[in-house]
Amino acid sequence: MSLLTSLARLRALDEGIAQPIATVRHCHLAARPMVFVPLKLSGEAAAPLAAMLGTDRDRPRLLVVTQPRNRDLRFAWAAELAGVLLPYVEGFLHRTETVERRNADPYERAVDAPQIVVPNQAGVGFVRLLGRSMRFRRADGPWPVPESVPLLGRWLTYFGERAAYPGSSLMPAMTEELGRHWASGQSGLEDANLAALLAWITTGPSDDAEDPLIWPPAGPATDPGFDAEVLAPAMESGSPERVTEALRTQLEPTWGLMWQAIDLLAGLEAGAGVASRWEQDRGSFSGMAAHIAEGAPPQPRRDGAVAAAAKLARMERAQAAYDVQRAYDDPLVMAEYRLTGEAFAGEVVDTDPGNTEGEGRSRKLRPIVVIKTDDPVRLAPGASLGTPQRRGQGAELVSAGDGLVTVKITKGMGRGRTAAPGAVPEIGERVCYTSLTDEFQGSPALPDAEATPWTHGGPPQEYVPDDEDAQEEWS
Amino acid sequence: MTGSPEQVIRNVLADLPRHRGVVVDSPPGAGKSTLVVRAAAHIAATGEPLMIVAQTNEQVDDLVTRICAGHPRLTVGRLSAGGYVPPLRLLELPGVRVGTRVQDLGDPDIVIATADKWAWIGGRVWPWAIVDEAYQMRSDKLLRIAGLFERALFVGDPGQLDPFSIVDGDRWSGLSWDPLQSAVSVLLRHNPDLPVHRLPVSWRLPASAAPVVSRAFYPFTGFRSGTSEGDRRLELATGGMGTPHDRALEEAARSGWALLELPNRHTVRTDGEAVQAVALLAGRLLQRGAVASSEQGERPVTADRVAVGAAHRDQVAAIRAAGVPPEITVDTANRLQGREYDVTIVLHPLSGRRDATAFHLESGRLCVLASRHRHACVVVARAGIADLLDAHPSAEPVQLGVPVKFPDGWEANQSVLDHLSRHRV
Repeated sequence: MSLLTSLARLRALDEGIAQPIATVRHCHLAARPMVFVPLKLSGEAAAPLAAMLGTDRDRPRLLVVTQPRNRDLRFAWAAELAGVLLPYVEGFLHRTETVERRNADPYERAVDAPQIVVPNQAGVGFVRLLGRSMRFRRADGPWPVPESVPLLGRWLTYFGERAAYPGSSLMPAMTEELGRHWASGQSGLEDANLAALLAWITTGPSDDAEDPLIWPPAGPATDPGFDAEVLAPAMESGSPERVTEALRTQLEPTWGLMWQAIDLLAGLEAGAGVASRWEQDRGSFSGMAAHIAEGAPPQPRRDGAVAAAAKLARMERAQAAYDVQRAYDDPLVMAEYRLTGEAFAGEVVDTDPGNTEGEGRSRKLRPIVVIKTDDPVRLAPGASLGTPQRRGQGAELVSAGDGLVTVKITKGMGRGRTAAPGAVPEIGERVCYTSLTDEFQGSPALPDAEATPWTHGGPPQEYVPDDEDAQEEWS
Repeated sequence: MTGSPEQVIRNVLADLPRHRGVVVDSPPGAGKSTLVVRAAAHIAATGEPLMIVAQTNEQVDDLVTRICAGHPRLTVGRLSAGGYVPPLRLLELPGVRVGTRVQDLGDPDIVIATADKWAWIGGRVWPWAIVDEAYQMRSDKLLRIAGLFERALFVGDPGQLDPFSIVDGDRWSGLSWDPLQSAVSVLLRHNPDLPVHRLPVSWRLPASAAPVVSRAFYPFTGFRSGTSEGDRRLELATGGMGTPHDRALEEAARSGWALLELPNRHTVRTDGEAVQAVALLAGRLLQRGAVASSEQGERPVTADRVAVGAAHRDQVAAIRAAGVPPEITVDTANRLQGREYDVTIVLHPLSGRRDATAFHLESGRLCVLASRHRHACVVVARAGIADLLDAHPSAEPVQLGVPVKFPDGWEANQSVLDHLSRHRV
């Protein structure tokens, strides 16, 4: 936890209300998000019990497995779920735009993408497990399931995977997103309780949030008291209606909280980088859709050596970009870097817009800016800098000391003999420079999967679907 | 612990043609670079081209210098990225060519580059490769370059810091090709029959340190010191003033270890008092004119022979700002890996902390910090680390399919702390 977040948590505790740690919203909020609150049977890894979902806060759909240990009922539930989720997901495939690419064919990208919002990180994990249990099932052979089930399994796997991708908003976990924007006065573990976290943000901490009779857990795990005293007798009674109504009481409170949280996030203005990250989400979504349309096999059970390395490289790149973009978008995030000496802000006290380096043809314009700052600057001369005030501009640290930092602008000030108007800050302007830069560096190529070297086990076996898939251990 | 170092090296060289890969584990200062240079000359003598992979540009430059010093007739090509400026000492060497493409190098006996640079090379296969610091190399890097060679010698120190990532890689834990594991772990999981040799003697660590480091960080393989009690001496030329800092230096000079303990307190990472103490120790060490005598002769401990180590970058920056003489190296454990000094001053990773996270408990971090010195190591820490450790037993979730890793960071920390407590000031 960073120093500023620690401070915000202490202040939250002191003042009895959560403190903002972001000035803008760092995640995309869809116009029509699909809120998905799943529940699982306690003691089971991935036995769905119920789900409340929908895009309309006034008309949630409740889907219930009245006997979760019955495999047929479970996959009937999965088919019902597919009946809601698949039309929602596929509804975004029709409107696309053509994207031109350098050194590659243009491709079609959806103009908008689905967003499935779950309450917490455990919900994301459960979605991934659901996807895992469905994507290898088949409509023929032993244990056949409805045709939509394996397709839903592939989509759920995709969404669950994408949720681990830094900066993606295709499947946000609500407590995580709230926690990125507000610091409560409770521990990180307690923040995973949606009711408790929302209470901290809106009205201040409340004991009610801990009472499962008032605020049942946001899932996927259920309250053990409810399991023993309500659910078990209802199941034993053999009345589906009784089970359904019992589960409705557990889901409805969370349903309300989810929409309240969405409203809270919607109250923040979106950060400048949100749109570009959502664009990547849309591209990824279209890629997945194309993959399915081409008839590719379901995602493998485990990543192969090459796939894992490729995914890691993409995720690291996304994480670095996400961190930089948030700092550029949000002065409160940038403040963290100012504290660690990787950024500094202050007032321009002197400039030399016409400064040049070199002679004759290699003469280059290098405007000089001197900034007075109170920040502890821990950057060495020669460090390359960027600034949120003038994105795309590059600068270099010349010297720093005694509260004065000299910076020379190296790119993005125009091509002429003099700097473009506005490219060099005026005396008196407040500016911020940082060594964080979001410069894309391609990563070196990986071998093809078929060429996996001996150090990594050699080429993997090809996956061929067979009846064994259906015989898999399941619980 | 079997055989003399010479015998181990001969066994390694004899194994090279018999196996696709050979692994050599080397504890701190056990002559790893010597082995790499020997093996390089040995392979080059067969007339077959050799590629060498190191992890950083400094390591590459060091290796080039050592190869040329030991075997002036070998030609060496040094591949580098575009922005790299070769140090002067490299350009002066006769058999060395520097270039950004393999074609620019002529046809040297040995081509050497960082793993990152090698990943961009393609279209040629070398019969031999030597991978240096292979335990610090992530397996996804090995995956990118493994197609470039047929056989390889992997050399590294298993006790140092594991490679890491800025993203959570739990999703791959348990896979035999987990990209976040070290190159050697992945290699050995897929090729369990490859021979693994161990260099048995540390030439760097003095007799006072080798048993401590060996017991804490290499509990099953172990190593011994190449010098014995009394071979290394550290003397302070001027008298002390009786301050705790002076007494800590005297204790370190006498016994090879000292723990300067500050009052128990929870602090921020850049603990002002601890930082001040570290800076003062460094300054006093130079002022008191320490002289180190060893099998290499007698020489003053100048600023370039002293290093200050800490866990975090902001701590390093704070220590720098607190007035450490500028010639003294101040750096994080990650960047001190593979380096050697006469005296080190260490800010204990757990000093002043409220919690002991996996990062701070990682045995490699403490191992790097406690094994850089030829003569003495002074540790600065807040009191109460033992209680902190007792309050934070390792509680990381156990992942299926992941081989148990030794040493356990928690236990290694206890072991070192136990030893340090006998040298407390």
